[in-house]
Amino acid sequence: MELLGLDVLFKGSNAMRLLQGLGVAVEISVISVIISLVLGMLFGVFMTWKNPVARVISRIYLEIVRIMPQLVLLFIVFFGATRVMGLNISAELSSIIVFSFWGVGEMGDLVRGSLESIPKHQYESAAALGMNKAQIYYHIVIPQAVRRLIPMSINLVTRMIKTTSLILMIGVVEVMKVGQQIIEANRMASPNAVFGIYGTILLLYFLVCWPISMLARHLEKKWSN
Amino acid sequence: MANEGVLRIEGLRKAYGDNVVIDGLDLTVQPGEVVVVIGPSGCGKSTLLRCINGLEEIQGGRIMLDDAEVDGRSKNIAQIRQKLGMVFQSYDLFPHKTIIDNVTLSPIIVQKRPKAEVVAEGEALLDRVGLLDKRDDYPRQLSGGQKQRVAIARALAMKPEIMLLDEITAALDPEMVHEVLDVILDLAREGKTMIIVTHEMSFARAVADRVIFLEGGHIVEEGIPEQFFTNPKTDRARAFLRTFEFDAVRSHV
Amino acid sequence: MDFGAMAEYLPLFEQAMWLTLRIGWVGILGSLVIGLIVAMITHYKVPVLYQISLFYIELYRNTPLLIQLFFMYFALPRVFGFGIDAEMCGMLGLALLGGAYMAESFRSGLDAVEPIQTESALSLGMTKWQVMRYIVLPQAVTLSIQSFVANVIFLLKETSVFSAISLMDLMFVAKDLIGLYYKTTECLVMLVIFYLIIILPVSILGTVVERKLRYGAFGS
Repeated sequence: MELLGLDVLFKGSNAMRLLQGLGVAVEISVISVIISLVLGMLFGVFMTWKNPVARVISRIYLEIVRIMPQLVLLFIVFFGATRVMGLNISAELSSIIVFSFWGVGEMGDLVRGSLESIPKHQYESAAALGMNKAQIYYHIVIPQAVRRLIPMSINLVTRMIKTTSLILMIGVVEVMKVGQQIIEANRMASPNAVFGIYGTILLLYFLVCWPISMLARHLEKKWSN
Repeated sequence: MANEGVLRIEGLRKAYGDNVVIDGLDLTVQPGEVVVVIGPSGCGKSTLLRCINGLEEIQGGRIMLDDAEVDGRSKNIAQIRQKLGMVFQSYDLFPHKTIIDNVTLSPIIVQKRPKAEVVAEGEALLDRVGLLDKRDDYPRQLSGGQKQRVAIARALAMKPEIMLLDEITAALDPEMVHEVLDVILDLAREGKTMIIVTHEMSFARAVADRVIFLEGGHIVEEGIPEQFFTNPKTDRARAFLRTFEFDAVRSHV
Repeated sequence: MDFGAMAEYLPLFEQAMWLTLRIGWVGILGSLVIGLIVAMITHYKVPVLYQISLFYIELYRNTPLLIQLFFMYFALPRVFGFGIDAEMCGMLGLALLGGAYMAESFRSGLDAVEPIQTESALSLGMTKWQVMRYIVLPQAVTLSIQSFVANVIFLLKETSVFSAISLMDLMFVAKDLIGLYYKTTECLVMLVIFYLIIILPVSILGTVVERKLRYGAFGS
């Protein structure tokens, strides 16, 4: 136990504090996921519009999301808002803003992709059976699109949870920060705490993300034909 | 060397788990002979060809090409397969290679023959199947019938002793069937040893030295084509041949 | 905006960019090698190695790079008593993370090559190795090129966390300068520009490749 520095976990409320830290990370990702899902759907539909202005806007938005590291976006929002514009927004709120901005782009692209993945003959054969436009979407297109969409959006959730590890770098007290504090406090008494704590955090992230990934894969396999 | 290229199958047994597909099959094919295998779907025709090429593990019996045993797990299987040219039902050309590369790849890398010689031969083979002008195209630019003709040329490039043709026209549009089968008729005229699985009865009749009717993993009947098609001996062969005919619904008197 | 200050910072950012590029490309190269090997193992289900590979893929895909790096840089050396250079750790960390992602895209590429391709190559007398070398691998790589480009962009973006193991990368320099001189806008603008320089070419190249593939991978 001491060699691996796991003893620190059982000192005082250390284990509880770590879990609370994880809670902060999960909370931020859950809020961002909900915002991303709702706005992402709308954005996805917006992207299927043929309007050239809509196209340019969504193209630029997507490129930003695609190219800029999330950490850069976090810096821009956090330092930009607090230092440049003098707004008093917390690191947590900055994180939610950035994750939602990123999530809406990605989600929108997934929605567009799954809508466009429905082959043209599906629309045509539904129309040939006498369905009107609403019926075609409700009975034929949306059920098929959703089956492509759900596994991929679940993967987006795990990516968001993993990315919450970055908010440590703008000072949010989440699981990694709590871990660092515990390691720091026990530097003398148990120098191997660094192994036990970081190992535990690694495991915690894995235990949160892995089941979600498995679910996504299961659904993908189940719906692939 | 008169007996070079004799294929002998003795007591072949092939099963997938409990499902026995070929059950104690004996067959000998002499050099120059064209054997056509027909039968209802699921009778084991394709499996038979795959076994002959060592693509399937067998559960009993043995397959001999001259003095060598065909065994998918043996070390020299690649050498034996060079003597057995196979063409499959689906268009199985290598999509990342041009037509000429498809034909010349294995003579170059497997038989290590000089490139210039192989390319010249490959061009001659393409000319023979009427596709020399497609030399530098990619498979996706060809029609189904053209692809199968290239697949035949590709197999011939290895100078095999026996050709194995597995329903090579089954996936083709009707108007393309003829161009492919003409190539095969030509090969038969030349005296190429072939084992052909097909559903094209008039082609079978035209090309075969011997027809084998397979059902339930056994050879139910075999004979020369005239006799088999006009006057089959067994009820099962007669029933099978009848599935290719339709009775008129209307009378036109 | 204070362009004078920006000009002054330029060498610092430039140096940081080279560091990011160095770690990034070595890491990506490493991830390619790891990915190819692991993909072959999982595709052919090589006993024992297969289970290890699956564990590796799941572990690295389901945890953040930041904690992977912390573990490798701070925790492992402490318990096993070895030292690791931060830059080395960054390269290795990126290669291991990328390897897990590359392995998945190569494996799905390998799985997507029709079995008939292998069979017809075998029937032409090729050995298993020749089939892999000439027939399956070239097709699998083409089939996975799209996700390969996506992975490269993803890995280049992930390099932004290297400052956490005290590597003086772009984020490190930006944060440092913001803290020292309060030229926040200038630093953020330069940060964005330098990441564009690193990632935009790959993104554009990716779009070109993608468009090419849409019109058929081979020919025309």
